Amino acid sequence: MRAITGPLAATNDFVVKFANINGSGSASANELFARSILRMGVPVASRNIFPSNIQGLPTWYEVRVSGEGWLGRRGGVDFMVALNPQTFDKDMASIEPGGYLLYDSTKPIPPEKFRPDITVLPIPLTEICNKAYADPRQRQLFKNIVYVGAMTSLLGMDLEAVKWLIAEQFESKPKLLAPNIQALGFGYEYARDRLKDRCKLKVKRQDKVGERIFIQGNNAAALGCVWAGATVCAWYPITPSTSLAENYNRHASRFRIDPVSKKKNFAFLQAEDEIAAIGMVVGASWNGARAFTATSGPGISLMSEIFGFAYYAEVPAVVFDVQRGGPSTGMPTRTQQSDLLLAAYASHGDTKHVLLFPEDPHECFDFAAAAFDLAERLQTPVFVMMDLDIGMNDWLVEPLSWDDTRRYDRGKVLSAEELEAGKTFGRYIDVDGDAVPYRTIPGTHPSQGAYFTRGSSHDAYARYSEEGATYVAGMQRLLRKFETAKSLVPKPAAREAKEKARFGVIYYGSTAVAMNEAVAVLEQKGLPLDLMRVRAFPFNDDVEAFIAAHEQVFVVEQNRDAQLMKLMVGECAIDPAKFLPILHFDGTPITARFIIKEIAARAGLAEAEAQEAAQ
Amino acid sequence: MTYIAKPKLHHPSLQPNALGFTRRDYEGRISTLCAGCGHDSISAAIVQACYELSIEPHRVAKMSGIGCSSKTPDYFLGQAHGFNSVHGRMPSVLTGAAMANRDLIYLGVSGDGDSASIGLGQFAHALRRGVNMVYICENNGVYGLTKGQFSATADAGAKSKSGEVHVDSAIDLISMALLLGASYVARSFSGDKKQLVPLIMGAIRHKGAAILDVISPCVTFNNHAGSTKSFDYVREHDEAVNAVDFVPARKEITADYEPGTTELVRQHDGSYLKLAKLRPDYDPSNRIAALAYLQEHQAQGELVTGLIYVAPEAADLHDHLGTADTPLNTLTEKELCPGAKALEVVNGEYR
Ligand SMILES: Cc1ncc(C[n+]2csc(CCOP(=O)(O)OP(=O)(O)O)c2C)c(N)n1
Ligand code: SF4
Ligand SMILES: [Mg+2]
Repeated sequence: MRAITGPLAATNDFVVKFANINGSGSASANELFARSILRMGVPVASRNIFPSNIQGLPTWYEVRVSGEGWLGRRGGVDFMVALNPQTFDKDMASIEPGGYLLYDSTKPIPPEKFRPDITVLPIPLTEICNKAYADPRQRQLFKNIVYVGAMTSLLGMDLEAVKWLIAEQFESKPKLLAPNIQALGFGYEYARDRLKDRCKLKVKRQDKVGERIFIQGNNAAALGCVWAGATVCAWYPITPSTSLAENYNRHASRFRIDPVSKKKNFAFLQAEDEIAAIGMVVGASWNGARAFTATSGPGISLMSEIFGFAYYAEVPAVVFDVQRGGPSTGMPTRTQQSDLLLAAYASHGDTKHVLLFPEDPHECFDFAAAAFDLAERLQTPVFVMMDLDIGMNDWLVEPLSWDDTRRYDRGKVLSAEELEAGKTFGRYIDVDGDAVPYRTIPGTHPSQGAYFTRGSSHDAYARYSEEGATYVAGMQRLLRKFETAKSLVPKPAAREAKEKARFGVIYYGSTAVAMNEAVAVLEQKGLPLDLMRVRAFPFNDDVEAFIAAHEQVFVVEQNRDAQLMKLMVGECAIDPAKFLPILHFDGTPITARFIIKEIAARAGLAEAEAQEAAQ
Repeated sequence: MTYIAKPKLHHPSLQPNALGFTRRDYEGRISTLCAGCGHDSISAAIVQACYELSIEPHRVAKMSGIGCSSKTPDYFLGQAHGFNSVHGRMPSVLTGAAMANRDLIYLGVSGDGDSASIGLGQFAHALRRGVNMVYICENNGVYGLTKGQFSATADAGAKSKSGEVHVDSAIDLISMALLLGASYVARSFSGDKKQLVPLIMGAIRHKGAAILDVISPCVTFNNHAGSTKSFDYVREHDEAVNAVDFVPARKEITADYEPGTTELVRQHDGSYLKLAKLRPDYDPSNRIAALAYLQEHQAQGELVTGLIYVAPEAADLHDHLGTADTPLNTLTEKELCPGAKALEVVNGEYR
């Protein structure tokens, strides 16, 4: 344990948590706070912890300020803005020793009710607002801006940066600008005059943000779909994937309007359920459009029959699975990586699907675009395995980029000219030896290239066949096609430790940010680790080699059952005893502290050292 | 041999149509259904309708679910792409295909199990969206392919082959279609080609969701005494409200047009449906009255057939979605990708 030496003091390295009530309008104020720090050139990582509810239940917003640029959750809270009486006690208990608690002191709480080891910052938010505003809704809403104003003063933030952001936010509603600036001032002045020097956590201007953008993964993935030329989106609302579809519609409505007719060069359809959504995607893809759906675990379960169809009849489809806590309805507003096995083998019979694991919103954009190329090249469903943490939180990432010389890979589609030139067509013939056949799009040619797509057993010409040998040949080819996929999917990202490492670590998706930080700390403590971030299934041969090269391999995942590990055990020629699973699955994003503690303990770092490392 | 001679000329069905295609050009593989199955007659009617309309076969997309009925798209229009999807999901797959390319003719074939049981939801939603399609439900009151269990369209009181009496009330797909907003609603009988062919022709030329409920007896499992979907039962109870003649666009209407007993409905593409009124009081443009008529007459044991309802200027899915005229699947990369510069602008909005 760290010795208690009075109030925590830190510059550009602390965690603030806002405890609010859902529906009270706090979200935009909290985001304003985070963005203001970014504007000061200081990296932040923000995470919204919200209930499956529209109004009334507790909600939290966590902002990690990290001049070092660590973007994962650290764990622990240094400054609690405790505005929810329902959770007040628990919120106070979660503060680090020496931390701070800001609360609405309109009805003051007796001092003995507070922990003695924290600094209490009372601000009469209700009183200030009741005095200034008559309208009850305004009284409620401006409370949020008042506490942002107070934080601005307490943390020594740049008041002008906050004002700038407010001005940008209300550019289209200038009437609201002045009252917001005024409310900000109320809080700022109160803290400046009454709580001067009480807080030793400070934000200091830096130049560590650069060109980076602050964006949610669902939004970035939606942009990826637009840039990749997706024209059909069929979906059914489900948290945490909904905003992916909605953002696609928003961006396509801006960038995909026919300049002459002003009509849409895309189709956006809210289906009656997920079965219909994937049916539409498969129908549209079969007909030569780039089509996708966005869903979460329950939707993947429902879509399974059609995934098997698309796998077997070889129809492209792009599916975004923004994972949440399962099983069943589970924790719909919490994060997990628990659909891997479901998605990898979705549907009855022998099936296997291509999965991509983006680490952040930037990669969500890139992998969205890659998914359409892969789906059409391989003529099969491709799953982009996101999660709530990436999908619904704003992440600080490198700007999205597009290379104008890049061309879509539309795969093996025979044109009317090619058919006319007498190219023999059999829908499932392996012409090129890569197990990927040629397809034709309906309506292409009057007398060549028509075929009958079916989920029943078929021969190389798509004719119905119950011959065992014909069936086996088709299934074997699909297996070879999966081998082809290995060379096309994104390769794993590997990083070797400076010194020779006994241990390797395999991880994927949103775990990366916490992992980066954990490894830096562990290396400082004398534990070198080689890293491999897996980015796709089927696994590239490098994954097998990495496992073979290490005595033991930690597999860090956000699920109970070590799903990636199981997938590797099943699909790679390796010794399963090498794996040491590190599993975090309480629904909150994995923290650097958790990883450090678990790895340190298992790697045999002395207990005291492990404890210290985790602080 | 490079050229297989087909028997030519003389036989009237081998007369070429306006495009130079003969009836044979609209056929498919040899059917594998039971001899005498109603579904084969519907396939023949589809062939006839496409031939008479001089449709280019490859401009049709044939979609189906699972069942004996859903196998039939393999047995007609061999030059058209087909899609035999999964049980009950044809409507969604068809909807997706139609979104991708608005210029093809979408012909969906389904069964009563496929449409009224497992696929009732998708049936309903495709109709209420106005997907521009011809949806044919080949209705035999049983699951043919799984050997004769009652389906949801079996009438209460109907007897199975083994003597079991059906007790649940029947789903009437036509009444449902009227409630759901289908804009071309017809019922016919596989044994009445004269009625069925022009109804299919009209449906193909209709813009919007066209549904045909075609009673199509299963000779193997549901053609006995006590069945309400047998050939004999249907012949006895068939009460057509009108007789439809399809008049293609640009063809002059002369001959036997008698106002009062005949009604002309002009469709979106300029073609006409010429309706001989068999029930003088029946008005196929009044949806509410059509529903009432169906309920009343079906309660008396009549099987009401003919063109039940038509709204010739209905909006379709693409009108609802606001999609451009160019089929989405023909847009080029240049039209689709906003490019690097536009992405820079977007980046700027997230700083
Ligand atoms: C998900 C699923 N459940 C069950 C089946 C089995 N099955 C095949 S066809 C069929 C019923 C078909 O009935 P209908 O649509 O009326 O077609 P018919 O054979 O009578 O023409 C069923 C239940 C299936 N193929 N898929
Ligand atoms: S079982 Fe019935 S529906 Fe199926 S092919 Fe035979 S007659 Fe037709
Ligand atoms: Mg049936």
